[in-house]
Amino acid sequence: MEKKGKKDRRDFINTCFRFAAGASLVGVTGVLAHKTVSGNTLWQIDTTKCTQCGRCATSCVVTPSAVKCIHVYDMCGYCDLCGGYLRPNVKNITTGAENQLCPTGAIKRKYIEDPFFEYEIIEDLCIGCGKCVKGCGAFGNGSLQLQVSHDLCVNCNQCAIARDCPSDAFSRVPADEPYKFSGFKKEKKG
Amino acid sequence: MSEILKYLTQTWNLKKLVTLLSLFVLMMTSGLPLLAQQQRFPKPEFESGYTQPVTSMPEARADFFAWFDVVILILALSLITWLILKKRSRRGVLAVSVFSILYFGFFREGCICSVGSLQNVTLALFQPEYSIPLSALAFFVIPLVYTLFFGRTFCAGVCPLGAIQDVLLLRPVTMKTWLQKVLGLIPYIYLGLSVLYASTATDFIICRYDPFVGIYRFDATFFMFSIGAIFLVLSAFVARPYCRFFCPYGVLLNWMSRFSKHHLTITPNKCIQCRLCEDSCPLGAINKPVPVKVMEDRSSATKRFIKLSLIIPVLMILGGWTLSNFHENLAKVNSKVRLANELMLFKADSMLPSVEIEAFKSAGTPVEELYSEAAVIVEQFYIGSWVLGGFLGLVFGLTLSGLSVFKYREDYTPDKAECVSCARCLKYCPVEK
Repeated sequence: MEKKGKKDRRDFINTCFRFAAGASLVGVTGVLAHKTVSGNTLWQIDTTKCTQCGRCATSCVVTPSAVKCIHVYDMCGYCDLCGGYLRPNVKNITTGAENQLCPTGAIKRKYIEDPFFEYEIIEDLCIGCGKCVKGCGAFGNGSLQLQVSHDLCVNCNQCAIARDCPSDAFSRVPADEPYKFSGFKKEKKG
Repeated sequence: MSEILKYLTQTWNLKKLVTLLSLFVLMMTSGLPLLAQQQRFPKPEFESGYTQPVTSMPEARADFFAWFDVVILILALSLITWLILKKRSRRGVLAVSVFSILYFGFFREGCICSVGSLQNVTLALFQPEYSIPLSALAFFVIPLVYTLFFGRTFCAGVCPLGAIQDVLLLRPVTMKTWLQKVLGLIPYIYLGLSVLYASTATDFIICRYDPFVGIYRFDATFFMFSIGAIFLVLSAFVARPYCRFFCPYGVLLNWMSRFSKHHLTITPNKCIQCRLCEDSCPLGAINKPVPVKVMEDRSSATKRFIKLSLIIPVLMILGGWTLSNFHENLAKVNSKVRLANELMLFKADSMLPSVEIEAFKSAGTPVEELYSEAAVIVEQFYIGSWVLGGFLGLVFGLTLSGLSVFKYREDYTPDKAECVSCARCLKYCPVEK
């Protein structure tokens, strides 16, 4: 009889604890329920904060980095002397490798009409080092911008580049506004 | 600048030069650097019928899939719970494990997982500006709810981190109890630290040192790969080394599982004390019956328990005090605090500025603002380290006093807290329903 009573007591304590644990779970969920966003959040760079330190190329868990230079054509001046394409103080403005700023040759220069040239980023070659972005921002319109390319980003819970970013430019953005270009009205997605 | 102008005069016609010059004037007068930057070279009007390419904005994985993951999680959890508790099938657990490795592991590339979602929840609780994705909250809560009812069936084969270790277990070695108890304290430290760092919005250390995510992505730094490889090799001999001796989420599941209502039982009926299951558990999570002669008399056991319990508050205060002495060191992980420290020690005349200092200076934020922000964070770490130290003291104390408690047991039962319901022991039981 005593044994049975002991067992009942243990069961009772157990049940109490179970309810307490359940209640705390419900409590946490309840507190957080109004702080949720239904969609997933994505990581993106605030281009106004970015200082093109070059860490996007090295800190990403994906190799090569999911951060790419994206060309906002609407802002481009189509300059012949492109600060993003050419090294500073080049002798000749040609597509020669010695003249190119991009370490991987990921920018394609195409003649349009005198004196304008189109610059296209070959995404497969881009490593997201931001050298062209810095050059374009310093001498040009700033139409080259570093952005997280969401088809490549694995959307880590904590972005490894965000941790290393010296300018605090990374933040979680809602999935319906996945890009943060500056000085540019968003056209259609695609 | 003059070089550009010289070059432009050579190539551009006069009209364009005039527009450019007027723009320069506008730039000087407007005084808005941002506006000036955008209008430095206006987009030309093409005469050759050139069409401008569309700016590439690749879309992310659709939101719908986040919900799909949650549905898969619930389905997998329900299936494995049914397989363990009703079918009592180890083979079924293995099948679900393989599925989890393939889906949550290789296909979903290890993110988001329940283990990491613990930090999202903490961050959302402590930082008002962060709002947690519903799927992350679901990944945190659902396994805990299941565990509260059915034991750690999530660990058994749904968690991709646990599954990969469990599948690789070939020759389990038995560990000494004292070693198991000591190593078993690491998850509490890990949990405490990860909560401390997540609540101060410093870092997600669980994700940073996730051992298997690099393997699931086939892509990681050498460091991450090495941790993963070490754990995988180890898990062939030591059952689930990460789950038992590191996993911080496992601590929460452990607490929930202690009070679970329908935990797995080794025997489907009455235990016949055949001792076949005695060594079947690779985790050492089977409680053996306590022989009556070992039982001491009740009063002395109670006295010792009370004495040991009195140590707990002392341990808590000691732990809190010790850790609070190191709160500045703990806070140095935070990038803002680190930057503030660096700036204070920085001498412009004799030192080269680091990337952080350069970035900070170019942003133009006043130093005082950074210092006051850093001071607030350090203060949070001071409070946090007291709480963390107290928590660790409590855990150490409870573990100590728990060692002296002998529960009277007649049958072989799984240790509800440690058992991950891997269903290995079930095969050993000859009793039928």
